[in-house]
Amino acid sequence: MQISARHLDKATIFDISGDVDLATSPELRKALLRELREARMPRVILNLKAVRYIDSSGVASLVEGLKVSRDLGARLILFGLSTSVREVLQLSRLLRIFEVCENEEQAISP
Amino acid sequence: MNRNSLLLKLEFESNPEMLSVVRHALGQLAETLGLPSTGCRAVVLAVDEALTNIIRHAYRGEKGRPIQVSFRRIDVRRNGREEKALEIVLEDRGAKVDRARLCGRSLEEVQPGGLGLHFMKECMDTVEFRRAFGKNQLRLIKLLGASGPEKES
Repeated sequence: MQISARHLDKATIFDISGDVDLATSPELRKALLRELREARMPRVILNLKAVRYIDSSGVASLVEGLKVSRDLGARLILFGLSTSVREVLQLSRLLRIFEVCENEEQAISP
Repeated sequence: MNRNSLLLKLEFESNPEMLSVVRHALGQLAETLGLPSTGCRAVVLAVDEALTNIIRHAYRGEKGRPIQVSFRRIDVRRNGREEKALEIVLEDRGAKVDRARLCGRSLEEVQPGGLGLHFMKECMDTVEFRRAFGKNQLRLIKLLGASGPEKES
């Protein structure tokens, strides 16, 4: 998994690629929580276009990020869900709890 | 391929880095068996979740412990009919699986964790646990259906 951050005025966009699994999800979790808790970013956006695979540990990292964002009054937004990522989120029955956008423009719009 | 034939056997040590290696090999195998892409992804997810559980729970994150996974093509009897299937057996020598934890959690709860078993059950036709001779054994079965290359029309 590769993860890089782009900082906008009041949002951070993480571009994530590769596989999010037991080996890599701790890095995603750490990046998410740092941006929310330490940087106090009001909007954290995850670009998942290049994520080929996600498992339950990856979903757990997203859920934890979502819970923290809600506690802090911030927003966690996903966009660019590939077929496999969408399938796994649907299987978890957690897709409905996330704010999902079609593209980056929609995710950064007020 | 013969009936009940061993297709592939993997022996490796518990290490999260190995998960992508196994996923890749299994994805290729499932494709070779003629599973559609959704079926391939389902089998890969189920095995990945099973291995994640072994590493996290049976071995409590300890690296270097033995894991064995075998893949067989089998015939199973369902509703009075013989059907071709992929049987996957995972074995580890870790802590005994706590049966109470095998129930998973309610999906109505929004919380991280507890999804692995749910994914396995959703993705596979059979999920069976047993403990024998100091080993945990997990047997997963996926029916190949009409997608199996040896299926007669």
